[in-house]
Amino acid sequence: MIFTEADMGAIYLTLRLATTVTLLLLLIGTPIAWWLARTKSWWKGPVGAIVALPLVLPPTVLGFYLLLAMGPNGVIGQFTQSLGLGTLPFTFWGLVIGSIFYSMPFVVQPIQNAIEAIGERPLEAAATLRAGPWDTFFTVVLPLAKPGFITAAILGFAHTVGEFGVVLMIGGNIPGETRVVSVQIYDHVEALEYAQAHALAAGMVVFSFIVLLGLYGFQRKQASLGMKYGG
Amino acid sequence: MTNTLTNALTDNTIAASFRLAYPGDKADGFSLDVDVTVPGNGITAIFGHSGSGKTTFLRCVAGLETADSGELTVKGDIWQSASHCKPTHKRPLGYVFQESSLFPHLTAKANLDYAIKRSGVPFSQDLYERVLSVMAIAPVLPRYPAQLSGGERQRVAIARALLIQPKLLLMDEPLASLDSARKQEILPYLERLRASFDIPIFYVSHSMDEVAHLADHILVLEQGKLVAQGNLTEVLSRIDLPLKFGEETGVIITGEVAERDNQWHLVRIAFDGGELWVRDGGDALKQSVRVRVLARDVSLALASHDDTSIVNRLAVEVVEISQDQDEAMALVRLKCGAEYFIARLTQKSVHQLQLEPGKHAWAQIKSVAVVR
Repeated sequence: MIFTEADMGAIYLTLRLATTVTLLLLLIGTPIAWWLARTKSWWKGPVGAIVALPLVLPPTVLGFYLLLAMGPNGVIGQFTQSLGLGTLPFTFWGLVIGSIFYSMPFVVQPIQNAIEAIGERPLEAAATLRAGPWDTFFTVVLPLAKPGFITAAILGFAHTVGEFGVVLMIGGNIPGETRVVSVQIYDHVEALEYAQAHALAAGMVVFSFIVLLGLYGFQRKQASLGMKYGG
Repeated sequence: MTNTLTNALTDNTIAASFRLAYPGDKADGFSLDVDVTVPGNGITAIFGHSGSGKTTFLRCVAGLETADSGELTVKGDIWQSASHCKPTHKRPLGYVFQESSLFPHLTAKANLDYAIKRSGVPFSQDLYERVLSVMAIAPVLPRYPAQLSGGERQRVAIARALLIQPKLLLMDEPLASLDSARKQEILPYLERLRASFDIPIFYVSHSMDEVAHLADHILVLEQGKLVAQGNLTEVLSRIDLPLKFGEETGVIITGEVAERDNQWHLVRIAFDGGELWVRDGGDALKQSVRVRVLARDVSLALASHDDTSIVNRLAVEVVEISQDQDEAMALVRLKCGAEYFIARLTQKSVHQLQLEPGKHAWAQIKSVAVVR
């Protein structure tokens, strides 16, 4: 067995984190993407920019501010304490929140592009066929934007698996709670356990390659079907 | 309700009043200001050149566009008032868009089912079969929209709009995206639609040919304003409208097939005040037909000539003369019995023949087309 028990724990934790974050992001990101795709409001620019910020900011910056916000005196911290949940830094759910911000653009943008590509016409056609807004969303928007949602889910998942800086800032290094694969690799290197670091690092390379290969294959297939897609 | 075609606002009318403006959206902005009442049956053509606001008017009726202020009552149902505006999906209408609006992820059959499921009216197998047969789409139902021709797609879209069982069917230039051969292919389906289903239809078009075939009433829009409205025959026989129809200027005469000449493949169409010989299109005797006579095909002579190739010569009286768009040309309105014709002549001829209202003349009609 090339992976130690601690490695396996880190892998399991990483997958659990990425799955949780992806599901939550699809729920949160879809309305944001919908709004960004359809609004004519002045706020589209600023909101779009905020969503895209993690693309350019060092993860440490994001992690630093989240750490402050989730701390005992921060806005989020005050709120979670008032609910009797304590504070979130150095917990699994703290990581989830950090990752949601960090991976947001990778989920929102493909969905937004897919919804924009649908255009007004199918939505108007649905309205003239007595479909209300929710009905239209589930019967027209979701099927037509499906490739965008799949791209979003894959990118959101893969990007969360690959995060490091934010985790280190707000999660630290607690086995089974916040020690994800990228942190575990860091620990191995610090401890000069290069063989262990290699095993995990190479695993990440293979995982990422397969995910992207699958994504591009999927997108090419969609393109050849003549369907519009985002991402 | 300033403009009324009917004597009183009864349950069988559609009253629409819309005002909206896009200030400076385009170079000069656009505004629509229309207040109209039309009969709640037959086909009402909404005619105008591009940019006249006809599509915007239709979208206001559908609720796809929200007018700054608007009122809409369809056969007694209030769709929009000063205080309330029903969203599109709560209006019992059908809408056929200019280009295909079929859902690309659903087969033609599933597109129809989408409408049936949401019509809010019990499903009728009889209606379903009638719609399929009138539009002749049964063979293409298993296909996806991408696998259909443009004409087939529009027929499925029309069928879908019918299966929602609308109280008002709105059609926005349904033939505009098709080439002229396809247009000729679809027109008969629209005529059959008109004959088979008792649904009032608003039909937006910039093609006088389509309007002449299909419409019973007409609204003429120009730069967002209503410039004429009424019975199609009446409006088309007017020459005082600010909007000119150019080469398409012409009248519509409704008559009855009175005689068939098998030797020369002609039929005689009798109308109130005269008769016209036209090519035999196979219409049955006694059948009511609609013919279109273009102003450019009508010439005038002061005496009747038999030594001419022109078959149709009618005794007419000049009623009115007006300037056409082109300054060399004049439009002359002619009365023949109860019907009117329009002749498009050069100003020079009007001068030489000393035409003036009240003068009697012979109209020589070079060509007559049966449009329905």
